[in-house]
Amino acid sequence: MAWRRAAPTSPPWKAPPPEARETRESRADEARDLPPNTLNQTSAIVEIRGLNYSVRGRPIFSGLDMDIPRGRVTAVMGPSGTGKTTLLRLITRQVSADSGSVKVAGQQLDSLSRTQLYAMRQRMGMLFQNGALLTDLNVFENVAFPLREHTELPERLIRQLVLTKLQAVGLRGAIDLMPAELSGGMSRRVALARAIVMDPEILIYDEPFVGLDPISLGVILRLIRRLNDALGLTSIVVSHDVQEISTVADVVFLLSGGKVVAQGTPQQLHSYPSEIVRQFMGGLADGPVPFHYPAPDYFHELLDRSGDT
Amino acid sequence: MIKDLWSSLSESLVSLGELVRFLLRLIVNVPRSLVRYDLIVEQVYNAGALSLVIIMLCGLFVGMVLGLQGFQLLQRFGSEDALGTATAIGLVKELGPVITALLFAGRAGTALASEIGLMRATDQLSAMEMMAVDPIQRVVVPRFLGGVIAMPLLAAIFSLIGIFGAQLIGVQIMHVDSGSFWSQMRASVDLVDINEGIVKSLIFGVSCSLIAVYEGYNAVPTAEGVGTATTRTVVLSAVITLFLDYLITAMFL
Repeated sequence: MAWRRAAPTSPPWKAPPPEARETRESRADEARDLPPNTLNQTSAIVEIRGLNYSVRGRPIFSGLDMDIPRGRVTAVMGPSGTGKTTLLRLITRQVSADSGSVKVAGQQLDSLSRTQLYAMRQRMGMLFQNGALLTDLNVFENVAFPLREHTELPERLIRQLVLTKLQAVGLRGAIDLMPAELSGGMSRRVALARAIVMDPEILIYDEPFVGLDPISLGVILRLIRRLNDALGLTSIVVSHDVQEISTVADVVFLLSGGKVVAQGTPQQLHSYPSEIVRQFMGGLADGPVPFHYPAPDYFHELLDRSGDT
Repeated sequence: MIKDLWSSLSESLVSLGELVRFLLRLIVNVPRSLVRYDLIVEQVYNAGALSLVIIMLCGLFVGMVLGLQGFQLLQRFGSEDALGTATAIGLVKELGPVITALLFAGRAGTALASEIGLMRATDQLSAMEMMAVDPIQRVVVPRFLGGVIAMPLLAAIFSLIGIFGAQLIGVQIMHVDSGSFWSQMRASVDLVDINEGIVKSLIFGVSCSLIAVYEGYNAVPTAEGVGTATTRTVVLSAVITLFLDYLITAMFL
């Protein structure tokens, strides 16, 4: 099993090559023109093999295989209900798989003790859909929260670190505001500052574009790219905003029916010879993913008089 | 019918088992949470100090009613002087801990359950998990301990104000002799009576705080789920308080 040998021998952290960084800064196409075979085992920071997971008897994933490459922005897309968020929960072991393996940075998640898992989570940052800021703390304290919980740093240093991260997301001026006083986009940016305050290796975004106005959306998009390149992160973005994510992702995985149905660069996916990929990327109402939820025969149901009184 | 009864009984037993397991989980985490005593102090303030007004107000009224009713009753036997004893024993052993627990469930218990439930619904607990911070240790245990510490203090204040209220009616208005009111009280209220009150309020503190944090932590993460958790907190706390009250009273006899 080659993939088992792969990650532990790879360096713990590998920044993308400088030339790729430059091209990404200018958003040129070459950066995203990674052929699928570059997603080999040695560069994968998250390796999923034969993953099975079901909720109340309903299978979400059946035999999922996936390699998320190190140092890149990886988008995980798919129709609603395909378990994209569940996948993030599995990668962070907020839930455990029924069978199969999930390896992050070479470590088998299922074999970790609680302490080891928490140590692993300190190497990850996660941006929740709604930001999930602690509502009883102000912006400064929210960003400082992981530092206060995990470090014994002096107050002056904590302040500097928090200000640096808030400056990176453009909200240094909002340190005294409470979460209730922030707009949706601002909350997400504060949450992003909080997610990077411990300098994680992997940054996970759960639907970062939902409900944002075009300006906030553009800001978040640019931040994803800039943080990934400047901090040398691996970014995993779950989203179904095809257009937005195409501008920022290096690699896209398209999930459907509990499996990866397509993977490659956004350009490759746009011209992918598969009906379900075409339906998803083109936003077509009907196709392999049906428009209608399974229902009895329409004609018969309209004529059915059993409900009459 | 019997099948339904059986299934609801077994469901209740399972929930009780889960509640006990949750309590054990909290107890295991207590030592680590004690290190962050500032969080506990904050929660004693939230559960205790913020409940003071309602506790004092209710204590005063309950004491005044006791003074009035006690006076009426004792007057029939010509023993109004025993009013101090009657109200003090009634308050310290029974009404103080029980009514404080019921008020605590309504004031602080609902606040705890809805706060933790909303933290669950808005992913704040998951976010803590992801920041490698154990929400049980950081959020639940301090709130639980805050309730456990606050309850006996609140019950003591309730009894104190209640006795003052009884004195206000009995001595100031009904002209019961002030000297015999206080001296009879001092002579007949034993340490064992006060102990009973302390034990009761401590146990109610554990049960009411446990129910509140358990319901909040396990709330279904929707608006309806948080509402249900809050309601269940009040109902369960009231029933369990009165049930435990009977048990402890029987034990002290």
